[in-house]
Amino acid sequence: MSEPASQLLDIQRRMAAAVMHPLTRSETMPRRRHDGASNLREADAIIRPNDRLTSFERLEIYNRQYWYRLYTCFEEDFPGLQAILGRAKFDALMRAYLTDCPSESFSLRNLGSRLEAWLDQHPEHLGPKPMLARDMVRLEWAHIEAFDSEERPRLSAEALAAIDENSTLRLQPYLRVLALSWPVDDLLLQVRTENGSSASSTNNASTSRKRRHVRHVAALAPRPIHLAVHRHENSVWYKPLSPEEFGLLSALIAGKTLGDAIDVALTTSSLPEDQRPAFLQEVFATWAMLGWFTT
Amino acid sequence: MPANRFNSFTDYGVGIGLRIPHYQHILSRHPVVDWFEIISENYMVDGGRPLEVLDQILEQYKVVQHGVSMYFGSADPLSREHLKRLKQLVRRTKTPWLSDHLCWGSVDGRYTHDLLPMPYTWEAVEVTAQKIRQVQDFTEVPVVVENVSSYAEFHASEMTEWEFLNEVVERADCGILLDVNNIYVSSKNHSFDPFTYVNSVPAHRVAQIHIAGHSKFEKYILDTHDHPVLPAVWRLYARAIERCGPTATLLEWDDNIPTFEEVHAEALKATKFLKAAAEAAPNTATAAVQAAATTLLEPAGAAR
Repeated sequence: MSEPASQLLDIQRRMAAAVMHPLTRSETMPRRRHDGASNLREADAIIRPNDRLTSFERLEIYNRQYWYRLYTCFEEDFPGLQAILGRAKFDALMRAYLTDCPSESFSLRNLGSRLEAWLDQHPEHLGPKPMLARDMVRLEWAHIEAFDSEERPRLSAEALAAIDENSTLRLQPYLRVLALSWPVDDLLLQVRTENGSSASSTNNASTSRKRRHVRHVAALAPRPIHLAVHRHENSVWYKPLSPEEFGLLSALIAGKTLGDAIDVALTTSSLPEDQRPAFLQEVFATWAMLGWFTT
Repeated sequence: MPANRFNSFTDYGVGIGLRIPHYQHILSRHPVVDWFEIISENYMVDGGRPLEVLDQILEQYKVVQHGVSMYFGSADPLSREHLKRLKQLVRRTKTPWLSDHLCWGSVDGRYTHDLLPMPYTWEAVEVTAQKIRQVQDFTEVPVVVENVSSYAEFHASEMTEWEFLNEVVERADCGILLDVNNIYVSSKNHSFDPFTYVNSVPAHRVAQIHIAGHSKFEKYILDTHDHPVLPAVWRLYARAIERCGPTATLLEWDDNIPTFEEVHAEALKATKFLKAAAEAAPNTATAAVQAAATTLLEPAGAAR
């Protein structure tokens, strides 16, 4: 780190280092940080004590606030992952992820944006059923993206009628397609229904970490599924897709022309040749009705 | 006094914070509310239900934007993406003024999502005032800054909090969102007289007032926004209204949120103070507001 350019920057860096450092297991501020630095010494150096609290205790209030706020937000965003891992493993993952990937956005909405990539580097946090946990993370992040991503104007009937095999179709920014190894959609719907949701930014302080009901997953068997995570009338929906639909949508999202997308999607399909025109007509009609094609 | 250039010469009454648990009630029952305050960041998204609800609210109510993460006091430069999205929202809501906090919360591009206290130094005055001016210039609406609750003070501080606030708003030429609950909380945590603070604020710059509840612990008080407003805070509010006149007032309730009616009823207690101040002749305003306070606070105690 280069030499601080100002006293203000120096104070803010030193306070942030203490505030953003993980709490102990008993949710107190550690006296010594992982890098060996003393929080006691740092607190004494920058924070005034008063007649009731030491410098360390005053700094600790902010250290706790930071983690309570992030824990609450992360738990709201990934209740399905918590249900799969159980509280202890989820807590360990959450602490490690948020330590490695602190928020770099003004919005808490983006707190989990790097979780899937981080888990690729830290598979030890995925528990005994790593594919199940990973699938849930992908679905939960897709849900967040589908909830408030942009909705562009729908492609008109005239424009749709004019497309040919060389056309490139744009799909709604809120649409996500997923190929998953486990049927996590039903599980997530159950968990979200039980927990409710109220994720939002506020400017109040928390007296404690808000804990949510954790529903443990007892028996769930792997089964490959394809899903479109999308928004309809401002609610998020999980629409099951056939492998051909998934291939077609993935190719269109990747920017392939309609002709190439159909080729890619149907090359390995077991769908009989004579049924393919009707299949294509039906899925395009459904997707157009859902407003997935956009300008 | 209350309608000033810092709140675009509006004369808003008593509002409440727009919160998710109340969406359904508001949209289905259309209760009479002077205005709603929204947390800007919750609506700085590209689409979906948050904006749908906001648009429905905007059809029927006056809305003022309140931010929680601009961090005027951070040494970091302002985020262009944040500013861009904020301005988009300003155009959508047509907010007559825009508030955020006199605090810091990010450093080296990392966000704490907390309202961290400032070291009250001359360097911090310069940095903070400059960034407020930048936001004001970019968004093209008056910016007002809110004093925060704090639990720590810095060795480096060179002035009191109210002196710092006054220096910042003078240099930025901006308004003040005076949070009397935050003043009370900080006064207990740092052992100063909250009336000294309220009496030191430049009244002509106060564009809005916040009231809220807090939680008392053994050694400190926390700004939890999960209770009704306590009598001591009402007394500070009465003094603020005496000095500033009938100012747009908002109740914050962010945790353990009760029914809409309960929150609104708590907020409307402020009406008594505002009416008293508005109806009184200038030379009798003090007595009128104090009388209102006494009525509201009995038997807890008379207003100071």
